[in-house]
Amino acid sequence: MRTNISFFLNGVEQIVSDVRPDTTLLNWLRLEKSLSGTKEGCAEGDCGACTVVVAEANGNSQKHLAKGVRPIKAKAVNACILFLPMLDGLSVTTVEGLAGPNGELHPVQEAIITHHGAQCGFCTPGFVMSLYAGFLNGLDGSEQQINHLFAGNLCRCTGYGPLVKAALSLAHQTPPDWANARLEAEWLYLQSVSAATDPKYDLAIEGPDQAFYAPTSLSALEHLSCAYPDATFVAGATDIGLWVTKQHRQINRFIAIGRVVELKEISKTETQILIGAVVSHSDAMLALADVYPGLAEVWLRFGSMQVRNSGTVGGNIANGSPIGDMSPCLLALNAEVTLNKGGKRRQVPLKDFFVAYGKQDRQKEEFLENLILPRLGKAEHLYAYKISKRFDQDISAVLMAAWLKHDQGKIKELRLGFGGMAAIPSRALRTEEALIGHDLNQPLPTEAISALAQDFQPITDMRASSEYRMAVAENLLRKMLFEAAADDHGMRLYSSPLIKPDPLASAALIEASDA
Amino acid sequence: MRENRLFASDRHDSAVLYVTGQAKFTDDLPFPADGLHIALGLSDKAHALITGCDVTACLASPGVVTVLTAADIPGVNDASPVAGDDPVFADGKVEYHGQAIFAVVAESAKAARMAVQKAIVSYEELPACLTIDDALRENHLLEAPYTIGCEDIDAKLRQAPHLLTGQIDIGGQEHFYLEGQAAMALPGEAGDLVLRVSSQHPTEVQHKVARALGLAYHAVTVEVRRMGGGFGGKESQGNLPAIVAALAVKKTGRPAKLIYDRDEDMRVTGKRHDLRISYRVGYDDTGRILAMDVDQALRCGMSFDLSQAIAERAMLHAENCYFIEDVRVTSRLCKTHTPSNTAFRGFGGPQGMLGMERIIDEVAAHLRVDPMQVRQRNYYADHDEPEAGQHTPYGQPVKDGLIRAMTKDLLASSDYYARRKEIEAFNRTATWCRKGIGFSPVKFGISFNKTFLNQAGALLHIYTDGSVHLNHGGTEMGQGLYTKVRQICAHAFGISDDMVKITATTTGKVPNTSATAASSGTDLNGMATANAAETLKGRMAEYLAPLYQSDPASVRFHEGKLWFGDTAISFAEAAMQCWQGRVSLSATGFYATPDIHWDREAKQGSPFYYFAYGAAVTEVVVDLLTGESRVERADILHDAGASLNPAIDLGQIEGGYIQGLGWLTTEEVVYSADGRLLTHAPSTYKIPACSDRPKQIHVALYDSGGNLSDTIHKSKAVGEPPFMLAISIYGAMSHALDGLGEYPQLNTPMTAENLLMTANRLRAPRKSN
Repeated sequence: MRTNISFFLNGVEQIVSDVRPDTTLLNWLRLEKSLSGTKEGCAEGDCGACTVVVAEANGNSQKHLAKGVRPIKAKAVNACILFLPMLDGLSVTTVEGLAGPNGELHPVQEAIITHHGAQCGFCTPGFVMSLYAGFLNGLDGSEQQINHLFAGNLCRCTGYGPLVKAALSLAHQTPPDWANARLEAEWLYLQSVSAATDPKYDLAIEGPDQAFYAPTSLSALEHLSCAYPDATFVAGATDIGLWVTKQHRQINRFIAIGRVVELKEISKTETQILIGAVVSHSDAMLALADVYPGLAEVWLRFGSMQVRNSGTVGGNIANGSPIGDMSPCLLALNAEVTLNKGGKRRQVPLKDFFVAYGKQDRQKEEFLENLILPRLGKAEHLYAYKISKRFDQDISAVLMAAWLKHDQGKIKELRLGFGGMAAIPSRALRTEEALIGHDLNQPLPTEAISALAQDFQPITDMRASSEYRMAVAENLLRKMLFEAAADDHGMRLYSSPLIKPDPLASAALIEASDA
Repeated sequence: MRENRLFASDRHDSAVLYVTGQAKFTDDLPFPADGLHIALGLSDKAHALITGCDVTACLASPGVVTVLTAADIPGVNDASPVAGDDPVFADGKVEYHGQAIFAVVAESAKAARMAVQKAIVSYEELPACLTIDDALRENHLLEAPYTIGCEDIDAKLRQAPHLLTGQIDIGGQEHFYLEGQAAMALPGEAGDLVLRVSSQHPTEVQHKVARALGLAYHAVTVEVRRMGGGFGGKESQGNLPAIVAALAVKKTGRPAKLIYDRDEDMRVTGKRHDLRISYRVGYDDTGRILAMDVDQALRCGMSFDLSQAIAERAMLHAENCYFIEDVRVTSRLCKTHTPSNTAFRGFGGPQGMLGMERIIDEVAAHLRVDPMQVRQRNYYADHDEPEAGQHTPYGQPVKDGLIRAMTKDLLASSDYYARRKEIEAFNRTATWCRKGIGFSPVKFGISFNKTFLNQAGALLHIYTDGSVHLNHGGTEMGQGLYTKVRQICAHAFGISDDMVKITATTTGKVPNTSATAASSGTDLNGMATANAAETLKGRMAEYLAPLYQSDPASVRFHEGKLWFGDTAISFAEAAMQCWQGRVSLSATGFYATPDIHWDREAKQGSPFYYFAYGAAVTEVVVDLLTGESRVERADILHDAGASLNPAIDLGQIEGGYIQGLGWLTTEEVVYSADGRLLTHAPSTYKIPACSDRPKQIHVALYDSGGNLSDTIHKSKAVGEPPFMLAISIYGAMSHALDGLGEYPQLNTPMTAENLLMTANRLRAPRKSN
């Protein structure tokens, strides 16, 4: 058991003690290390000005090298909502750490200068770091990839064009030797710590008014969650980070589950997919792109690169938000959650897990261990639609996911999951029933329209009015019928018709499928 | 030695500092270890009497040093730019949800923010007037309506063959500069203060701080090296945090800073005005607009701020590029219990012009002709045409017109007519989505409406090694002002730009400056700098020429040298010799824009030194099932005169267009029924993201041969005008929905909800009357 946090920062090992565990990486960098290049633009993970690159070891290096995959998994994350202890054992690069030993600018820095990609300069360090992550993971020269890479970085001056040009100019470029040498040092450090999975690497910080535990094994987690039933579980902190930075909440005890090896796994069988509670959206999206092509657009539009890299599928379900994007999708899929209490497990259908606003069927001492998703069978299809003010990095006004089985143009079975329509993510049971037997080529029946009005009476808020939510939900049913009849996902304005595995995180895909 | 390049695409002076994280913004500057941090306590009522403010718990909170309230202000409790109506701390009464009531000063920002929540404020609520509707109904105006133009407009309208009436509601806009408001105050001797702030108007900060503390202006020095974006949002809104930081220094004797967090920033500060524009337009069968009566109601918020000037600019741009014989424009400044709306890129111009472009598109729809026909039928003449010099409704002759020629060029380069035809064919068979194409021209008046503001100063020192210290009154917010002025300075001396040191703007070097605003930064400060350089060059030439048997008038400054005929000495050598000859190598420069005047009482004048022009063609696609839309393509032609730095100017144009795209599409400022701002963070307020830019964007600078007015090297201002190019998106959306029923009469922002509900309204079966 350790009480100090240690990690690599711009090539130098840091050993940190005497820090409040809810200190964000951003504040620590700026206030303790005087590294003011990383900026606070919003303190909620929505603007990307605080983007840094966090690297972890990526499996067995020889095996990966043989496949031409870098031994380091580098990801852009928002430092403003990342608690410092979550970095234990990782390597962090900030904008100050990019230039070479003799002050040479890194190619990503050069490219932004050459293409006039910075005007006021405040968002620039964040763009530099997102681009650096993209550069490490491989830029393919497509604008679509850049759109995803920069979705979590807001710029108010340039209109993005010059930044996109800078990124495009870096396609297929290799880093200079000095940058490779630095990656090698980073990898050596990561190797030295990642070998350590035994309990002595568990982290336990017990300060005067705040405790933070980061176990590495499931058994340790089971023990901690029973010992501290009132503790707050934190995985990627893309939600809980805001409790601290925006709501100034005092959290007495954290249990960080992000390092528990068993919870990081994705496993696939003939009939189902099992996603560990702390698998990030980025990893899940890549591992499952071919299993659920219908989820592609929703996944690509889930938060931003930074949010998907930190946030977990389990966290999006466990917090029970009525507007979490994954919940309606998994409701449509008829997913189940596995809850674990001191080693005793129970499985709950997702539709029963959401009880009421802010209330889930999770008892004290229980934690969400994994999600079980049925695979799509023959003649089963999944369609998902996200409606928000902005395409990227926005919270849904309405999200509809539809799982359906049809035969000779008629709907045999249907499950509709909706977000944004009720206080919890919900199935539209009456609407489903009204559509059974419906011919895909016929207009939406009036019975379905009135059933939808029985299923939902949505609220009006800053994202959308009640009237719009109803109108668009109805039209999404129409869109789904059209698309199902045509057997494609062609009625979308979002630029990617369908997901191709995102080459930016190809390393993660290999790791995930090796697991 | 790098060659100095005027008219070249030099990179931004801070480019390397930006990409390496070394550029220091206010919150990044070294701060003394005993420095204190401040958080504001804000009203959570829109309109109420304060019956009690108990800060006992704040004072007891860990790390708290003191609390500031109105009682701690020794001088004037006012942060306003003009009218004296913006209290620093509410005193007895709050007039908007988010208004500052008190501040907590603590050892850390976190301690201050934790403590500020612990105050107990009690209120006696008063009825709140929140919207334009409320204000018009209750006649709740800041001042009497103001009208310019034709007096017998009713008669003129009656004479026209056709009459169009309508109304458009135009939404507001949050600045969302990436760096929030920030101010640091440092104590000096005997009560003096130095402030480092993020403000477009250091002189105003100096004045407001001095008045609040009861000091002479000379006791306060305000410095601004750079801002992380301004867009008008730091013209007056930086006053309050600076005053509060200064009050904290006054009360504690220790350095203090106030850095707004995002939610604080969005709740406290004003935004772009939302407007309701009502119009009556008389026109004939050819699309000629004969008379126009426009009524502009602005949501100003709880005080004037800059609203009067903004309203005036909206009025003076109500006719945009069109010569209309009889125009009347009336402006109503609605007082509402919301944040006091303020300057924002375009300063009322965008709203005024959007009203006009809506009228053009709607007239064309009624006549069933291409809107380009109506535009071209009504344009002001170009400068080289016989009718050049037509008068605006406020009496200024338009002598430098370019819009007819630019339109012709852009219609060709964008293939407008062919694409419009294709789009209309597409829409005839459209199932789930429709396309639209729109055009908008821009004619934007350059100069502050208030004539006296059109002045600037600069200060140059030449050191004996030939290096130059450059200072002027303009501030850098990313627009590249410092880079351009350095180009001007280096060019004047014939030296490379790395010999010219850009230094932070400070009231201690150049006094009595105007805000860096109205797009005028380079016009004013570039000219002042050039004038200072001419003074120094004159002194050097006069002293050195006789030593080299030459005539002062024939001395040339070129390639880092001073040339006396064929003989040359280095600039450094020249500086050293001048020093040894006891010649002053320090000079100020001054510039006041000539030939402008505006009489608000007479409602007549020539307030603008010249006009900047632009035009854009935008194509959109709208999903008729969801209302979602995308901008597919934008073609832009913009007039920057003789561009001093094409890369910087193109950056302003593209960035301005995208900012305008956000204003018109995804950016929606939403208040609750009790006046609370609901969209107070990027999670709920959506500025354009990377993928929202048009799939294709073609931006070109128009080669006009340079400004016809005598500006610095014949360049034109480029900060604000391109914002209004985005109005073409409005026309494109209207086009996409045209044909579903009656003319769409869209309001903005054109969110998915707005577009779907509008389309549904158009498609709904007509009720029989």
